[in-house]
Amino acid sequence: MELRKNYFADVRKDDLHEIGQPRPRSDSPGHVTGKTAFFADRSFPGMLHLKMVRSPHHHARIRSIDTSEAEKHPGVAKILTARDVPHNVYTILILIQVGPEDETVLADGKVRWKGEAVVAVLAETERAAQEAAAKVKIDYEVLPAVFDMEEALKPGAPLVNEYHGQNYYLYDSGECRKVRFGDVEAGFASADHILEQSYQSSPIEHAPTETTGCVVAPEGNDRFTCYTNTQAMFFTLDNTSIILQMPGSKLHFVGGTVGGGFGGKVDVIVEPIAILGAKLTGRPVSFVYSREEEMQISSPRAAEKVVIKDGVMKDGRIVARKVTGYTDAGAYSRHSPYGAQKGAGHYPGPYTIPNVWIDTYCVYTNRTPSSAMRGFGVTIGDFALEVQMDKLSRLIGMDPLEFRFINAYRDGDMKAHRQPTEGAALIECMQEASRAANWPVAEKFMAMSSYRKGA
Amino acid sequence: MAKVPVQFTLNGSEKAEFIDSGTTLLNALRDKIGDTSPKGGCHQGTCGACSVIIDGELRLSCLTLAETCNGAAITTTSGLAEGGVLHPLQRAFLDTFATQCGFCTPGMIMAAKVLLDHTPNPSRDEVVEALSGNICRCTGYEPIIQAVLTAARANSQNAA
Amino acid sequence: MALALQTFPTVKDANAALKAAGTRYLGGGTLVVRAANEGDVSVSGLVMSTDPALSAIAAAGGKVRIGASVTMAAIARHPDLGPLAKAARAVGGPAIRNMATVGGNLFAPAPYGDFAVALLALDAAVGTEDGELPIETFLARRDGSRSIVTSVSFTLPKADGFRFLKVSRVKPKGVSVLSIAAVLEQAADGTVSSARIALGCMADRPMRAKAAEKALKGKKLDQNGIAAALAAATEGIAPITDPIASAWYRAEVLPIHLGRLLLA
Repeated sequence: MELRKNYFADVRKDDLHEIGQPRPRSDSPGHVTGKTAFFADRSFPGMLHLKMVRSPHHHARIRSIDTSEAEKHPGVAKILTARDVPHNVYTILILIQVGPEDETVLADGKVRWKGEAVVAVLAETERAAQEAAAKVKIDYEVLPAVFDMEEALKPGAPLVNEYHGQNYYLYDSGECRKVRFGDVEAGFASADHILEQSYQSSPIEHAPTETTGCVVAPEGNDRFTCYTNTQAMFFTLDNTSIILQMPGSKLHFVGGTVGGGFGGKVDVIVEPIAILGAKLTGRPVSFVYSREEEMQISSPRAAEKVVIKDGVMKDGRIVARKVTGYTDAGAYSRHSPYGAQKGAGHYPGPYTIPNVWIDTYCVYTNRTPSSAMRGFGVTIGDFALEVQMDKLSRLIGMDPLEFRFINAYRDGDMKAHRQPTEGAALIECMQEASRAANWPVAEKFMAMSSYRKGA
Repeated sequence: MAKVPVQFTLNGSEKAEFIDSGTTLLNALRDKIGDTSPKGGCHQGTCGACSVIIDGELRLSCLTLAETCNGAAITTTSGLAEGGVLHPLQRAFLDTFATQCGFCTPGMIMAAKVLLDHTPNPSRDEVVEALSGNICRCTGYEPIIQAVLTAARANSQNAA
Repeated sequence: MALALQTFPTVKDANAALKAAGTRYLGGGTLVVRAANEGDVSVSGLVMSTDPALSAIAAAGGKVRIGASVTMAAIARHPDLGPLAKAARAVGGPAIRNMATVGGNLFAPAPYGDFAVALLALDAAVGTEDGELPIETFLARRDGSRSIVTSVSFTLPKADGFRFLKVSRVKPKGVSVLSIAAVLEQAADGTVSSARIALGCMADRPMRAKAAEKALKGKKLDQNGIAAALAAATEGIAPITDPIASAWYRAEVLPIHLGRLLLA
């Protein structure tokens, strides 16, 4: 590894002792000897296995649930339905006052996506749980479903989630997150060229090697220890406390060892129902997603659509940028209202543009609920922005890297969000990239700095 | 439920258990014998996290029934270190930063060990081929390949 | 009901046990144990036979007989089966190849079953206790097959007469977009005197590309000579759609890969 210390040498104390040095990782000796304890490496005598009966429909009313045959199946210890869950309707971000509660732990009267959890079966063996799950009878009345964000936003579209009342998340700013800076229409009117393009992405599954799950052991004193691979330990503990109406002092969460997460293990899904099962049976419970569940049931990165309209001058200056972003939350919010909001905070990208208009929508559809994944709300936006930048540079016949130097934000520039830029380093990154990629740019760009005079 | 006996050596020591017929070797090792170094990542033969060595051959313990292993010699990653001294592959995985989340690591080390047992000085392509049944979702393949090549070099230097 | 394994020394006794409802034959485990692990509760009993003939490879006078329990790894390293090594190595990763058997591969649904594609091009005979069936007939009837496959037999092609290609997105180990096997004989002037071409992923099981075979006869293996065969390659196909590729994509790229195989 090579550290380039000539950049920002004046503002950095050159006293780094750890960065740039190879240091042994504290967890690696456990990994290479197989001694690292992942949650599933704990098993307890008498442990029950939980299997979920899931909706085969994208959108349906539940007319009836009959668990009588399943209950009689050999090895079955307990069957749970919505009735058994103390506080069945929840939403993860309620902890930071982002409501309303809109998701059921176990479906109650309705399912809103294919794969939604309806009935939990706890049995002595995985096999017995699978066999009993096959005997649960659920009578559905299939409802019209909507899978496309623009269709979902049209008047008369099937209503996905009654807790919201419309197919988008209602922010305090209205139907979307909004940024208004300068006069975008005046900017377009003064531009030499206008380019409007739309970009879209499909959901992406994290596919961690270790599937989502937890093992719960009752401690015999109304206290439960939950070994989990959650990436959001305290979010999970506090939400479990709400869902089970149990004080947090009764819940002991053990984790931090995650066999690949990438954002896919921040939702509160397996722990509350497994702890409930342990509470109602008095026995340890294991709830581990199968590979198929990990791929089909766990939240993916949201599908997104990004429409970018730019006004650009022949000399390379972008004078106006209008972005409309759509985030497909699927049937429930989870982290998507936050993801869509992050998009609004991220556009127009690391560029200084005098006239900016941003709208970002969080849209509900009958698809698998989406949630966090590495840079969610930003990654797909960056893809769209940078493809757009390349297209703009071609449109005006300019080198794409030089085009970015012209528009790069620098210290002291006012951002569209009305915060002055501080600590920018895009110019220097591009200078280094120009050298490393052997993609030369004009000397005046190599002489630029993120500092502006007087900034 | 009818139990069947299984008996094999695991990392050189004799093991005997009564298990439910149809139990996979992975579940028998983890739940009955207490060796949790093989991991269950997919239970369908795709990820390689459950890889073990049976009579010198790399196998997937999630698709192998324990009762078909009677009399076999089974090696897992938990048995590689001798007297607290790491196996050269374990040492190399540490030194080249070839672990991230660590979930694929025991399976990777098993696949690499079989390779080096048969091919002490493998080419890079041979390493890639040997690890091709093992998935690392932190996508740290390059340091893993380097670890195996490093361990091979360490072995040949020790032998010289 | 739990999953129970019954082991028999003879195929005859195993066949008798296999008559019970819910039983499946256990070969290498890569299909049935996987199904059980994934919650297929229709499988309640497994049957296997330890008959040593199932694990034998006999190659003499250009004729080959491979026992149904022989693994892909054993085929890949067998000195007399050199031409088939590439097809055997196309199956799974190293661990899967140490487990997956010839017999099991005949039952593997697309996109799996790459070795069965090779066996179809070889026009193998599939042996059971009731005698032998041509592989094409066997594959057509395999869903109802209740008799344990004991062997596959075929005439070993000349090294340059057998061609095999597997296309996957991930290398070196990946699930098939498609696979193609061909057994070609050429006359002294280079024209094709006989051709058998088998395709994987072009239906739910391996199939012959008979229109392409016919179009290749009497033609040279050059750009012009194979044109008619490539045009006919997609006749009668119904490719699968799965997370690897759509039916449309598979149909689009089939002639291109067949062309590469024939010109190789």
